[in-house]
Amino acid sequence: MFSKKTMEVFRNPKHVGFIKDADGIGRVGNPSCGDIMWVYIKVKQKNGKEILEDVKVKTFGCVAAIATASTVGEIAIGKALDKAIAITEKDIAKKLGGLPKEKMHCSTLSKKGLKAAIEDYRNKKEKAD
Amino acid sequence: MKLLKSTTKNTAVNAGDVTNNTGNYTMTKRVYLDHAATTPLDKRVLKVMEPYFSEKFGNAASTHFFGEEAEEAVEKAREDIAKAINAKPGEIYFTSGGTESDNLALAGIMRTGKKCEQLVTSNIEHHAIIRTADSLKKEGFETKFLSVNKKGFIQIEDVEKALKKKTRLVSVMHANNEIGTIQPIKEIGEACHKKETLFHSDAVQTVGKEKIDVEKMNIDMLSASAHKFYGPKGVGFLFKREEIKIEPLMFGGSHEKGLRPSTSNTPGIVGMAKALKIGIIEMDEENAREKKMRDRLVKESLEIKNSWINGGFPKIAGCAPLGFDFVEGQSMLLMLSDKGIAASTGSACNSEGLLPSHVLTALGLPRVKCHGSLRFTLGRENTDTDIDYVLEVLPPIVKKLREISPLRGK
Ligand SMILES: Cc1ncc(COP(=O)(O)O)c(C=O)c1O
Ligand code: FES
Repeated sequence: MFSKKTMEVFRNPKHVGFIKDADGIGRVGNPSCGDIMWVYIKVKQKNGKEILEDVKVKTFGCVAAIATASTVGEIAIGKALDKAIAITEKDIAKKLGGLPKEKMHCSTLSKKGLKAAIEDYRNKKEKAD
Repeated sequence: MKLLKSTTKNTAVNAGDVTNNTGNYTMTKRVYLDHAATTPLDKRVLKVMEPYFSEKFGNAASTHFFGEEAEEAVEKAREDIAKAINAKPGEIYFTSGGTESDNLALAGIMRTGKKCEQLVTSNIEHHAIIRTADSLKKEGFETKFLSVNKKGFIQIEDVEKALKKKTRLVSVMHANNEIGTIQPIKEIGEACHKKETLFHSDAVQTVGKEKIDVEKMNIDMLSASAHKFYGPKGVGFLFKREEIKIEPLMFGGSHEKGLRPSTSNTPGIVGMAKALKIGIIEMDEENAREKKMRDRLVKESLEIKNSWINGGFPKIAGCAPLGFDFVEGQSMLLMLSDKGIAASTGSACNSEGLLPSHVLTALGLPRVKCHGSLRFTLGRENTDTDIDYVLEVLPPIVKKLREISPLRGK
């Protein structure tokens, strides 16, 4: 059912867990499967740009949820926020060597989680400003 | 699972582990704990089947000695199977398995009646029953699904209440495949018979594993499948009382009295009869052995915090339907599989779809808990060493997944 790459990432997810003093947290859930994801981000300034320094994801979900959670972190780290927020479920799936159609929503959940975390960071910043 | 390439054929436990050399999995340990899904064919069964493939290959319906040889074997199997459940040989119909027997029983009975008549069944049945009922509803029949209580049992009062004049058939499974609960079949049958209603039971999980006496248990029709009791796949039977008339699902020759046309699966049928015979002879001893192992597995697994067992007792001997909060079944399954342990889950996110198991939902289990369910079903080849191994491997897997779960400590 899953690609070799997906299984590899599931077995050894590098970007799962949490960040203690996260700059932004995105909490998302998928009502249709009941799965939940929390995305933590750490942001740093570089050449006047906001860059994702670290991403960690906590997930209560299927194998694809864990694999896509780790992968969204892998893709996003080092990217500017504007670039990171534009990451799509397809980008994540592509990195994993494809996902079964019925598992695309797991990838969507990861994408939404990252987006929510970035938005959370921006909201906090706006308030602070 | 395709990903797991085994190098050993033996299910016996050797020391060792799974080595991951980038995608190539060499397993020295293989522990099968999914006997509710299917069982390995007993070697003794294979032996009696063998001559019927290429030596005594005749068509049981042919009028020559090749045919006679096959017919004799089929009829002997019919007698043995009938005797095993206290039925008459003429009441046993060979089919392709549990699904076909269930379809034949339900559709076969309902279609001899009027469209306004009703079929009563339960909400924890196998899909072979539920989807047949749904299909009959589309044809115009009325259906009613009885609910089970939190422990997974049908209440007799509910059956009594559901029985109406228009009720043509009641179908309740003997034991459930996901949670192992054994229903009060005798009492349900009695309630049906008081109202002169027919009673069918899907006994796919119990034939060869629990004592079955269709007379004592008030059963009018019963479904069984050989691969669940160490027999071959693709063969089963339907027991149907002589006096009951049903419609066939398929049309063709006059095999099985025209009720189930198609050339008899002689090796399968011979194997099924042998498997049932062995099952009955070894039943008490084997159930006691499995129960002891199961009880230990349950007791020690439940020492993991925030865990539970699905459904109450009585349960079939080898069934350990467990659950662990904050984690998801499919992830547990794959991690266990990586360690050479084969289990199962009825949780969502399986290949079928996103909905949690209808059985667990029927128990009133909230969705997150359905997701955390993990079913072990023990069988003949399992030993105490297997249980030791599971108890060694399972707690770190649950721990690892909880560490990455957002639900923990919320
Ligand atoms: C309770 C029950 N009924 C029916 C079936 C279907 O049996 P078969 O696979 O032989 O069609 C199964 C097995 O999956 C089962 O567990
Ligand atoms: S996240 Fe729900 S099925 Fe994968």
